[in-house]
Amino acid sequence: MQKMIDEIKEKCAALIKNGEASRVIGWEKGELPYDRTPAVFDGEKAVGRLLYDAFCGANISKYLIAASKTGGKVIALLKPCDTYSLNQLLTENRVDRSGVYALGVGCSGMVDVEKIRDKGIKGIKDIEEIDGKLSIKTLYGDRTCDKSEVLLEKCLSCKGEKFAVSDDSVALLEGETAPSPSDRFSAVSRIEKMSPKERFEFWRGELSRCIRCNACRNACPACSCMTCVFDNARSGVSSKASPDAFEENMFHIIRAFHVAGRCTDCGECSRVCPQRIPLHLLNRKFIKDINEFYGEYQAGEQPYQRGPLVDYNVSDRDPGQV
Amino acid sequence: MQVKEDFKPTIVAFCCNWCSYAGADLAGSSRLSYPANVKIIRVPCSCRVNPLFILRAFQRGADGVIICGCHPGDCHYISGNYYTRRRMALLISMLEYLGVEKGRVRVEWVSAAEGAKFASVMESFAKTICDLGENVKLGDLRCKK
Amino acid sequence: MLKITLDKISELLSEINKTHCVYAPVERSGEVCFDKWSEGEKVRLDVLKTSKSAKGVFFPQTEDIARFRSKGKELEISQAKTEGGPFVIFGVRACDVKSFEILDSVFLSDPVDSFYKARRENALIVAIACSKPEETCFCKTFSIDPAGPSGDVEGYTANGALYFEPRTEKGKNFCASIARLLEEGDEGAVRAEKEKIRGIMADLPFSSLTTKGWGKDEGNRKFNSEKWKELSDACIGCGACTFTCPTCQCYDVRDFDNGREVIRYRCWDSCMYNDFTMMAHGTPRKTRVERFRQRFMHKLCYHPENHGGVFSCVGCGRCIEKCPMSINIVKVMRAIGGEEI
Repeated sequence: MQKMIDEIKEKCAALIKNGEASRVIGWEKGELPYDRTPAVFDGEKAVGRLLYDAFCGANISKYLIAASKTGGKVIALLKPCDTYSLNQLLTENRVDRSGVYALGVGCSGMVDVEKIRDKGIKGIKDIEEIDGKLSIKTLYGDRTCDKSEVLLEKCLSCKGEKFAVSDDSVALLEGETAPSPSDRFSAVSRIEKMSPKERFEFWRGELSRCIRCNACRNACPACSCMTCVFDNARSGVSSKASPDAFEENMFHIIRAFHVAGRCTDCGECSRVCPQRIPLHLLNRKFIKDINEFYGEYQAGEQPYQRGPLVDYNVSDRDPGQV
Repeated sequence: MQVKEDFKPTIVAFCCNWCSYAGADLAGSSRLSYPANVKIIRVPCSCRVNPLFILRAFQRGADGVIICGCHPGDCHYISGNYYTRRRMALLISMLEYLGVEKGRVRVEWVSAAEGAKFASVMESFAKTICDLGENVKLGDLRCKK
Repeated sequence: MLKITLDKISELLSEINKTHCVYAPVERSGEVCFDKWSEGEKVRLDVLKTSKSAKGVFFPQTEDIARFRSKGKELEISQAKTEGGPFVIFGVRACDVKSFEILDSVFLSDPVDSFYKARRENALIVAIACSKPEETCFCKTFSIDPAGPSGDVEGYTANGALYFEPRTEKGKNFCASIARLLEEGDEGAVRAEKEKIRGIMADLPFSSLTTKGWGKDEGNRKFNSEKWKELSDACIGCGACTFTCPTCQCYDVRDFDNGREVIRYRCWDSCMYNDFTMMAHGTPRKTRVERFRQRFMHKLCYHPENHGGVFSCVGCGRCIEKCPMSINIVKVMRAIGGEEI
């Protein structure tokens, strides 16, 4: 994927040069070899600092809510999964389409550094991707591993190479493909098959780790309310305390409900959680239910499509029916 | 599960103003009895009910929550209860997914003329909740008496 | 120097548990954090950085302060009791120990926070040196030595055993009380371990990071840097950094009305939130840039100014690991530290 960056920089520079756009939102190098921070590259010269490789997991579509309205077009580097988020934001009129130039960038899967650490590979000094293998230099010896073993959770259910919306795109190089997706509802089905007691214990175990940092809410492209219900002091819920089990449960049930039908399954919630709670399992349960009850639906596949929770069919099933 | 002999469940019923609340009224004026521990909250339409209300009811001590609306197709606001249907179907499925006992949240369609149905629905729901026992999973220790 | 083989740690904690509560790095649903240790639980001394820092032991995320109940025209106020007696916190790292000192300088200065003080006085700290520092560590920048964590008792893992060296009177008494489980150990092994750790520290990616350009006299200059806007662009204002940081100490005081009484509690707050210190007119820092700048200015300029040059960062590197958008204090220090404004 690293070699794509030349084509990306070329296209961005050309667009800025001929005045079609004024800046780019993409990723730049962080302080460590696997750190990539989303950043705005203002002007042709700044484009030289753009970076794109297997560590650019962040979904930058949410920044477009503000960026598309500050004047001048902004070029957004969107991976295929990110384009669904952009479509959903367009559907909800949160992003001004005329302020965005969607440059799709092909993706062969993004690496989760936590998974590398899980393998016992610690003290990473340098990391390089060569032909699907990661070559890692650490303080405690050199290691290698397959990239496919340490992909982000969202990459395990890759939606494919298609861009849901794009003004132009930079395809993957020869020989590179998107990761092959596994059944994205298998974990949900496994939980559904547990007994109610096991299910409750599973979720209590997971949600009790929640520190109410709100990273999931702030990273989620579907959570873009100007004032979140949890920030409203009069709502009787606190946005930052986890005084007891009820509050821990409630925040996540309600947030999942608020994004139900609008969640594109971009996986940012699980990626950003500092406590590594598998939040995507809540959102995927809603998606699975919606698919089953009301027909297959993928949020963000088309812009301006009517979501399942703001739509109805007179022959819908009654609630509580199996 | 061991249920206390004298357990009186607290049930919150969200009733839509035009059909089910009128139905409750009719049950009352027809002198049909239904459990006294059902607390009715009148809402303009069943789709006014936010999942947050349901969770808050559980937090504050409810053992069961029932949402009553007009029959689909008869909503005073034309399509409100269609949205209720979708919303509540997903909520009930999600609560089950989290391990909360199935049956604590129910949706029933009761029209203004169905006083008897209202009473029998409340009786049956109260019995279900009695069998399920006190709400512990969705309770809030700070609100416990 | 006394030692105990690593496979007997559970036995040791069992013994301590008879008289004192033990807080240690334990696994909770797959993540390791400091929590009450219970019999038979495995202590994860192999994990360098716990997901949540150890500050929660002294400064819990939520804590009841008082309860108000009205009886007619009378108002009954009852203060929450601080629970528990003396306890042992086992397995903290050098950065965590230093963070307690920083929290002390805030909570134990006038007016003294009685809840915090009670817990702090009840605590016995058994610190452990870091055998395997990671690439995200930069405690050296803040003059913290991972090979000399301090605390009441310093622990070192070497040759499959944990060596103890008491540093305070409390620590000496503690070692004496568990002496029957310990055996004599070779001081040479500990010396070698310390050398090894210091060697690894020199090899870390951030070993050359200094606090040059930051400190108590740099406040006004650094405040006006134009780089703050660029640095804060990617920040989503979530609060993950503040909640995982061992030295962040802001809290909010809230009321919860349960229908019969009002429970006043305090909970961690984050200066990154847009409702932080919300007042009648609004918030003092209305933009994300201002809030972002405030957090780092606090850590690198304001705290040193108010507390004799001590920085409010311990270089643990949790913010580096946990920030969703890979923003961290190292980035800020490097970007603005060398600037001549």
